[in-house]
Amino acid sequence: MTRPAPRIALIAALALLLSATGALAAAPKVSLTAVEMQYMCTSCHEPLAMVESPQAQSEKQYLRGLIGQGLNARQIQHQMVAQYGLSVLAKPPARGFNLTVYILPPAILVIGIAGLIYTLPKWRARARRAAAEHPQGAPPLAPGDAERLDDDLARFI
Amino acid sequence: MALLLVLALGVADLNTSSSIDAQVARGHYPVAPKLHDALPLLGASGKESLADLHGKVVLLNVFASWCQPCAAEAPLLERAQHLLMRHDGTVLGVTYLDNSGDSEAFMRQHHLTYPAVSDVSGNLVRSFGVTGVPETFVINRSGRIQALLRSQLDGQWLNQTLPKILGLST
Repeated sequence: MTRPAPRIALIAALALLLSATGALAAAPKVSLTAVEMQYMCTSCHEPLAMVESPQAQSEKQYLRGLIGQGLNARQIQHQMVAQYGLSVLAKPPARGFNLTVYILPPAILVIGIAGLIYTLPKWRARARRAAAEHPQGAPPLAPGDAERLDDDLARFI
Repeated sequence: MALLLVLALGVADLNTSSSIDAQVARGHYPVAPKLHDALPLLGASGKESLADLHGKVVLLNVFASWCQPCAAEAPLLERAQHLLMRHDGTVLGVTYLDNSGDSEAFMRQHHLTYPAVSDVSGNLVRSFGVTGVPETFVINRSGRIQALLRSQLDGQWLNQTLPKILGLST
């Protein structure tokens, strides 16, 4: 006597597993929203996600095609650079003249901090000297001026 | 220092287009830049440079598939190609800011029979001072830029320009 029920269940389970694996393989590895911020509209020099110009739409269409092929982020980047050149990258590669993008901001920060470390003590010393030379702050008003100020204040208060 | 360098490069870039335009306007036709830069042909294997076309009149048209004016001027370019072919010349399309698949589809869609190359780096078009698409340059048989149009082509411009450069007008 055969028992078909468990065999059918086993076949059904295998089919389900295979279809799930197939779906997983066909599923895109990245989404458009995840990658489009990494690319620029090369004619308008704006991040791709921010613009809807004809060229940006064409780039997005190309990106969708690459995502649909199941390419990973690195493969997509390779294809985008091959088609549109390095200017398509929102974050340029750290080599050649592009190094200035990475080196310049921290260099400016370091130079700025060094400048402050050098000049701040001098400013403070100068302020202390000025305070020592004029300890009472503002000079007193002349008697006529003081009287006029009092009158003005009395009128307004 | 780097900022100054960036500024200088930007100014130099602006000067490229204005100096070419000014020289052409004065009749001192400048030699076409990057003559020996070979670029990959669209829809075919191999590369082509302007030097390969030396001795021919070349109508160099910078285009992109997503550009509406480029689509509008496509029939005129194909008509120009028929004229040029009869007089030892050619149109050369240069696709820029576009992916090659879309550019090839554009050529097929508009039944364009002239050769086209893809300038992925933009080095060639930048050396011509190109700032957008479409732009058109006519390079004479000596390899010099004799006419240019930095907007959409029109039949009148072509009729006035091409016969003169081909030596057809009296």
